[in-house]
Amino acid sequence: MDVNKDFIPDFPGDIYKDDTGKTNFIVTSVDSIANWARSNSLWPLSFGTSCCAIELMSTVSAKYDWSRFGFEVMRASPRQCDLIIVAGTITYKMAPVLKRLYNQMPEPRYVIAMGACAISGGPFFYNSYSVVKGVDNIIPVDVYIPGCPPRPEALIHGMMTLQNKIKNSKAYVIENPKKEENE
Amino acid sequence: MTKEELKTYLVQIFPSNKVDETFDFPLMFVDKSELLSVAQKLKDSPETQFDFLFCQTAVDRIPNLEVVYHLSSINFKHDMVLKVVLEDRETPEVPSVYSFWKAAELYEDEIFDMFGIRFSNHPNLRRIMLGDEWPGFPLRKDYKDDINIVSL
Repeated sequence: MDVNKDFIPDFPGDIYKDDTGKTNFIVTSVDSIANWARSNSLWPLSFGTSCCAIELMSTVSAKYDWSRFGFEVMRASPRQCDLIIVAGTITYKMAPVLKRLYNQMPEPRYVIAMGACAISGGPFFYNSYSVVKGVDNIIPVDVYIPGCPPRPEALIHGMMTLQNKIKNSKAYVIENPKKEENE
Repeated sequence: MTKEELKTYLVQIFPSNKVDETFDFPLMFVDKSELLSVAQKLKDSPETQFDFLFCQTAVDRIPNLEVVYHLSSINFKHDMVLKVVLEDRETPEVPSVYSFWKAAELYEDEIFDMFGIRFSNHPNLRRIMLGDEWPGFPLRKDYKDDINIVSL
């Protein structure tokens, strides 16, 4: 091999050179760029039903400040959110409301079950006539965070776990056309 | 009045009623037919002036139901408890004290929701928390729920 020969890349990047003589582009996959964007701009819904919401507020505010990790704004409308943190006990009266909030969120949407009540009905209320035994009976859950209530560090850890989950997912899934049943 | 003074006062004024005491308050049992007149007297008499209903609730003491009224006086800062014992479990009914204490409206809604005790002359008696279709009354001791409640 002739070592003096100039290196010529296969990809003709030179034609994209700008005035400074550099090529201003990067090459990536759709999955990684879309997942990167999604995972670092999760907008949570401001939804809290009991004491876990206090820890949630603490996580939002200055001391723990989840904006550092990309959960910048809390939205009061489910139509502007892509993450719902179920912070607290869900009763049978609240369950249809939660279901409707989830259905109003645009896809892709993610759910975090925060605390014992959202996971399984709670340490105190599970043997009750009015409490839903785990929010996964109503909506699909991505990340479970145990604790009663979980500390803000645990919540941030759970949310970063969700970010990892999003980064490892397929951003665009092309579904095969379904066969008609009559055939 | 102090607790002891109030107790002796109640014994004097209502000699036919049983007067007892709880840990905190003097306690008087009232028949449900006399409830309105006793409440009127307690509220309007210048010695007691019970103008504040700070708690109203019910207790299921099988087989009886009890409605409990906690009264307080803003002026004298003394408190007492009224109790009405209901022996009818199927269709328990008490006169509403909404005409004396406006706070009774939501308390009585909640008692109706949880215990099934009806309050006559209540302005808007409804199942405030559980909804109209809920079967049974959950805070009664004989409430059965095979799906949600695990009983040993």
